[in-house]
Amino acid sequence: MNIQAIKVIYKYEMLRTWNTLFQSIASPVLSTALYFIVFGSAIGSRIEAIEGVPYGSFIVPGLMMLSLLTQSVSNASFGIFFPKFTGTVYEVMSAPISFYEILIGYVGAAATKSLIIGLIILLTAGFFVDLQIAHPVWMVTFLILTCISFSLFGFIIGLWATNFEKLQIVPLLVITPLVFLGGTFYSVSMLPPMWQTITLFNPVLYLVSGFRWSFFEVSDVNVGISLSVILLFLSLCSALVWWMFKTGYRLKQ
Amino acid sequence: MTTIISISGLSKTYEGGHQALKQINLDIKRGEILALLGPNGAGKTTLISIICGLVSPTNGHVTVDGFDIIDDFRQTRSRIGLVPQELTLAAFDTVWNTLCFSRGLFGKKPDPAYLEKLLKDLSLYDKRNSELRTLSGGMKRRVLIAKALSHQPQILFLDEPTAGVDVELRKDMWQIVHRLRESGVTIILTTHYIEEAEEIADRVGIMHGGELLLVEGKHILMQKLGQKKLIIELKEPIQHLPESMLSYALELSPDGQQLTYTYDTQSNSTGITALLQAMHGAGLSMKDLNTTQSSLQDIFVNLVRAR
Repeated sequence: MNIQAIKVIYKYEMLRTWNTLFQSIASPVLSTALYFIVFGSAIGSRIEAIEGVPYGSFIVPGLMMLSLLTQSVSNASFGIFFPKFTGTVYEVMSAPISFYEILIGYVGAAATKSLIIGLIILLTAGFFVDLQIAHPVWMVTFLILTCISFSLFGFIIGLWATNFEKLQIVPLLVITPLVFLGGTFYSVSMLPPMWQTITLFNPVLYLVSGFRWSFFEVSDVNVGISLSVILLFLSLCSALVWWMFKTGYRLKQ
Repeated sequence: MTTIISISGLSKTYEGGHQALKQINLDIKRGEILALLGPNGAGKTTLISIICGLVSPTNGHVTVDGFDIIDDFRQTRSRIGLVPQELTLAAFDTVWNTLCFSRGLFGKKPDPAYLEKLLKDLSLYDKRNSELRTLSGGMKRRVLIAKALSHQPQILFLDEPTAGVDVELRKDMWQIVHRLRESGVTIILTTHYIEEAEEIADRVGIMHGGELLLVEGKHILMQKLGQKKLIIELKEPIQHLPESMLSYALELSPDGQQLTYTYDTQSNSTGITALLQAMHGAGLSMKDLNTTQSSLQDIFVNLVRAR
């Protein structure tokens, strides 16, 4: 295994984060803080507690997921798309490094960055609302699994995209709506029965629900199902990446 | 000289059906400079890209230092450095960072002393902390060479290294190539410029339409295929060639002042003596004589036209 190559790709991607600190970290943290001020403090103070959890605290896991998902996808997709776009990917492709080592470097860095953002948001939330984490180990497990799965998904989008428009389509038009409609700001039980059923087809619901359970032991669906869904998503992304690498999709002619 | 790269039966057909390479067979010798010469679309870049792992071959085999480029890709790629045709660099990186990145990608541990020497050799040391976007085109080209050499490869591929650079820089680049060869690096370069191949290569491979038309030592090639021209300046102009000289392949200039005789340097008899005797017999007097050797350019044009 070419450990040195994994290290330099990882370091290079992390360096990009520090070089664009405001865009990479400050921006998502600021926007989440705004959500806390508006929904948590201003509006939240007038909304009843949901299943015994004050509204301000209730939305913390959802808001973390919102940032984690969008950041994981955009970080990882940009990380591989940009060298493809500028042509510098030739160097990675001609190096003595396997596709899986390339994947570990890029996806590892994107997931790390998302993890850092998630933890910063958690700390920020602590300034606005009272937080309790009932199952810290599960919370970290969900956090890491989500970061890895969606960074992998982002990597796939980065490989697939042939222009900047395509790169933006999935995060903007798919991920954000799914997260907003996946119980970020509400419990599914608050919806009319028909919409409850429809929402069950939204995979993000399971992530938010499982993550929220690790905080408050309150969930819309069974935590085991949540875990299975994220593992299934991880497996699907892994299979797709395996196929892309095997065929050299958009990387090798 | 031992063989460092061996290519046998290599073909490439792209998805759209375009056959970029047709049954290429080639042995590249350790320590030589091989120039692949050919027009756009000849298959030069495809050939390089396959050896470097950027393009998958359709058929055939390539070994580098005895290792297969697919089964033993780690072994083969670690021996190769590639300088691409385009100036593809990450604009906001510094020269130093991009070099460290390249070295690491090829599995080598950091070696600041070696990288410093490399930058000094390529006159880039003063720019080591500059962002790549601030460098001139010539300097970017040097950075690409430095990146390709950062992992100390045995083989260096230069894809059109002097495309779009001025004459001074081109000569500068040739010097770099010569110095690299002296250090034991095998160099394969593609070029449009005949003069480049003529100036720096040991052997020349001529490609056209995905085929390798021939590979020959530069001097042997020029000797083997080269024709010489004998240019005779006449004392007095003539209207027509005398009948006794019609059997010679002579060209009379429009002003009737000059005769050009083309002959093969390799043939047993060049016919020059007989021609001069015939001229004497016809009463033609000479003012001056001159000979010119055909260049690689002429050889190349003749070969490509013949296809």
